[in-house]
Amino acid sequence: MSTGVIIAGAAETNQIGKLPGYSTLGLHIEAAVNAVADAGLTLKDIDGIATVSAPGPVQVAHALGIVPRWMDGTGVGGTSFLLHVRHAAAAIAAGDASTVLITHGESGRSRVGASRFAPAPSSPQGQFEAPYGVFGAPTMFTMPMLRYMKDYGLTHEQLAYVAVAQRRWAAKNPRAMYRDPITVDDVLDSRMVAYPFHLLECCLVTDGGGALVVTSAERAADFPKPAVHVLGAGESAETPLISQMADFTESQANKLAGQAAFAQAGITTADVGHLMIYDAFAHLPIYGLEALGFVAKGEAAGFIGDGNTEPGGSLPLNTNGGGLSYTHTGMYGMFAILEGVRQIRGEAAAQVDGPQISVVLGNGGMFATSGVLVLGRDG
Amino acid sequence: MAKPEPVPTPETQLFWDGCAAGELRIQRCLDCGKPYFYPRPVCPECGSTNVEWFTASGEATLYSYVINHRPAPGFEDDAPYAIAVVQLAEGPRMMTNLVGVPNTPDELVLDMPLRVTFEQRGEVSLPLFAPAGEV
Repeated sequence: MSTGVIIAGAAETNQIGKLPGYSTLGLHIEAAVNAVADAGLTLKDIDGIATVSAPGPVQVAHALGIVPRWMDGTGVGGTSFLLHVRHAAAAIAAGDASTVLITHGESGRSRVGASRFAPAPSSPQGQFEAPYGVFGAPTMFTMPMLRYMKDYGLTHEQLAYVAVAQRRWAAKNPRAMYRDPITVDDVLDSRMVAYPFHLLECCLVTDGGGALVVTSAERAADFPKPAVHVLGAGESAETPLISQMADFTESQANKLAGQAAFAQAGITTADVGHLMIYDAFAHLPIYGLEALGFVAKGEAAGFIGDGNTEPGGSLPLNTNGGGLSYTHTGMYGMFAILEGVRQIRGEAAAQVDGPQISVVLGNGGMFATSGVLVLGRDG
Repeated sequence: MAKPEPVPTPETQLFWDGCAAGELRIQRCLDCGKPYFYPRPVCPECGSTNVEWFTASGEATLYSYVINHRPAPGFEDDAPYAIAVVQLAEGPRMMTNLVGVPNTPDELVLDMPLRVTFEQRGEVSLPLFAPAGEV
């Protein structure tokens, strides 16, 4: 089973990291040009465009000289690009587009041509969260963790180890921003950002971009790189207010998006050879592993602590180093997809041994939205 | 820079009016009975618009929190300070700050009993929570 589409082109900006010489739009443009070239196409072959609301599909299409007959501006946080793939599959199946370009660019660190987000004081977040001194994702995405730690006995050392395990992948990746090995003590000795989260349990803040070209699986043999089949896709939303998350020990949106994607692909966790879980903070791989059913509730930290997700482990996870060590522009989902694509193609920096199926779990907002893609070597 | 002030909307005005009167007023569904927060004119449990306001007990327990070391604008003098989510005795949860107790991991124990108190913030009175014996 499949969504009927493939990822035919996939690329990042030439560099990622600290790029004061690029605006947000400039990063979109470079990523788009690279992805279209990767597919062996030209910009004139593109008839559908998707990206998040700022700068938005109209601006990106216009800048690239693309006249879209289909567009998607879904902007629901860092997982939006996974949803764009899912929506593009539906559009291609319906005949509304044939070749869709999905772009991401964000001057997250240098803030060149970047928009600022502040909730309106009359919005639900402005009335019921902002007055209490929340200050970005580090004070909100992290809020559920102490509840999880108490209910399931997860220790500070176990949380810190998530960052240690991912750094071992980053060490193999020349494009990763942080590559030096770290220990649990290094993590626990790093500056406290929002207890119980230390600096090394929080993602990077970087500049960069990435893009994908999605088209019909009927054209799988038509491109220079091996086709990456989108076997399944799912999406869901839970809450725009972290305080209103139904159960602080699990993500309903992670679960529902995963169930939909796995069902469409007709796979179980046993079929998965490579996994990406959007890790803006160190607890997200724990929540994601449990939500997708790789381990039972309360067991993910032990699973990571036993080395299962590291190089040489049974379930390679966040093999680019993740948001914690590789890059995190603010909307990391595109980079998670791109690493899944590289692993299926066999061109990753820290290449896993021939995975047939890669699963990508994206988070948007603060446990607000989720997208899941099941990527496969064969259709 | 001053701390952020909430701006009520028509759907939330009665909540903020309650705070000004020293009461925590929330809503419940008259069809399914479910109490809920944040204020809105539809029950998130069953979809009914047959809802009413009532005054909650003000009793709560500490559900989860972080202690923020990078203060938001206006909170510079408070850092590090706890941002908490409390569970009201009636069931709904809300974000708040904790007063009358040191904002440290040792002092802030999950599930500890709390009680609402109010603090003036510009035009509105803001619900905060303190250990139940303190207010």
